[in-house]
Parts: sequence; C-alpha cells; structure tokens
Amino acid sequence: MSERTLLVRSDLDIVSARVEGRDMAKALGFGTIDQARIATAISELTRNIVLYAGEGIVTLRPVERGNKKGIEVVCEDHGPGIEDVNLVMQDGYSTSRGLGMGLPGAKRLMDEFEIESQVGKGTRVTARKWLR
Amino acid sequence: MATPLIRIPILQIEDFLVASIQVALHDRSAVQFRDDLLQRIHETKAKGLIIDLTAVDIVDSFIGRLIGDVAEMAALMGTRVVVSGLQPAVAITLTELGLELPGIITALNLEKGISTLRRLTREEEGEG
Repeated sequence: MSERTLLVRSDLDIVSARVEGRDMAKALGFGTIDQARIATAISELTRNIVLYAGEGIVTLRPVERGNKKGIEVVCEDHGPGIEDVNLVMQDGYSTSRGLGMGLPGAKRLMDEFEIESQVGKGTRVTARKWLR
Repeated sequence: MATPLIRIPILQIEDFLVASIQVALHDRSAVQFRDDLLQRIHETKAKGLIIDLTAVDIVDSFIGRLIGDVAEMAALMGTRVVVSGLQPAVAITLTELGLELPGIITALNLEKGISTLRRLTREEEGEG
C-alpha cells in the first residue's frame, strides 16, 4: 500500500480525504471503530486547513515502528500559523466558527499527535494511530 | 468552482417529518439540509422531526454541532427532534471529540424514534 497525497481546499476535499483515510485504515486492518476515529480526525484536521489556511495538503501513509503497524496522517498548510499551540490544544478554544474541538478532539481520537507551526509560514500536524 | 449541493429528502408521516441521511454530506450540503429542515417545519407545522443516521458512518464536529443546532432551532419553533440510528462507532467518536449533544433525544432506530415522538407530543398535548 502506497502513500496518498491529496490537495485540500474545499469542503468536498474534506469528504474525499476522510473516505481515502477510512479505506486505507480498513485495508491496514483497523476495526470499524478505529476506522471512524481516523476518518473523523482527518475530517477535523482538513477542515482546519480549509478554515484557516484556505488550502493545504494531507498525506496518508502506512507506517511501521518496531513491530507496530499503523497509519500516519500529515496535514500541511502555508496559512497564518498558530501563535500559541498550547492554547489551541485547550478544549473549547476556537478562533473561528466556534467549534473549538478540532485539534483537541482529533488528538483524542488518535494515538500520537504533533503540531509544528510558525506564524506567517504555516502549520504541520502529524497524527498516528497504531493497530492493536 | 460550483459544486452541486446534495439535497436530503424530507418526508412527512402524519404530524412528523422524517429525514434519513444516506450520503456523506459536505459542509455546504449540511447547512442546506439544516435550512431545508427548518423551512419544512415552518411550512408543515410538524410536531416532531426525526433525523435518521442509520447509514451515517462518520459524524465530525461540524455535522454534530449542526444537528445540535437543528434541535435547538426546531425547539424554538415548537417541534421536538429525535435522532435515530446512531452507529456505535459514531457514538464513540462523538463522545471522544467532546461533542456530547446535551438535550438531544436519541432512539435506537426509526421505529423507536417515531414512538418516542408520539409519546413526547402526546405528553405535551396532555399538559396543554
């Protein structure tokens, strides 16, 4: 299974990305509930791209570490960046349409979650889920 | 880039409206769905509305919140809303997302949803 990179710039791309993510998760052997977690996290992360950066890319790839196998989701944009990463990871914090659960929600759905962001340059979120 | 909106059919059964989501909704179609529901409630003066999610395998925070908004807005118009057929994976991800949808009445399936609505609206008529 090879990695997939998708351009994200509209709400239609959010749907395509989560469908691709779910298909990859299923092919990797994730159960129904983890498939839904992964697809929902992709939905939250790609919506952030559309809302805050206008456009970006999402890369979905199978990953291995030691004898663990899983899926990695990387969302990258060249948007405004995040000034205070700790702040946006707080539940209920939102600068946009008051959702306020995008990032912390996505983090709870995944096993590993990293944000790299530079103001004025962009943001990269990397999330992984491991097969149990 | 114009994208066609997906319109969800809204059916009327007695005093109730029933809408079953069978496709993956993108954001603009979801907003259209909310507006269509409120418009139909207004036109039909329905006592209740069931949103059936049996065929929905993903509810993210956007759709979840939108369903919560519909329930709140419908309540303002005097219409009770029941959400039916939530899949286990959807219930789990909604809770993990932190979206608990307080005040949303749920039913296991469409049939139970209708009987819940009947009971609720009968109680209200009894009170009135």
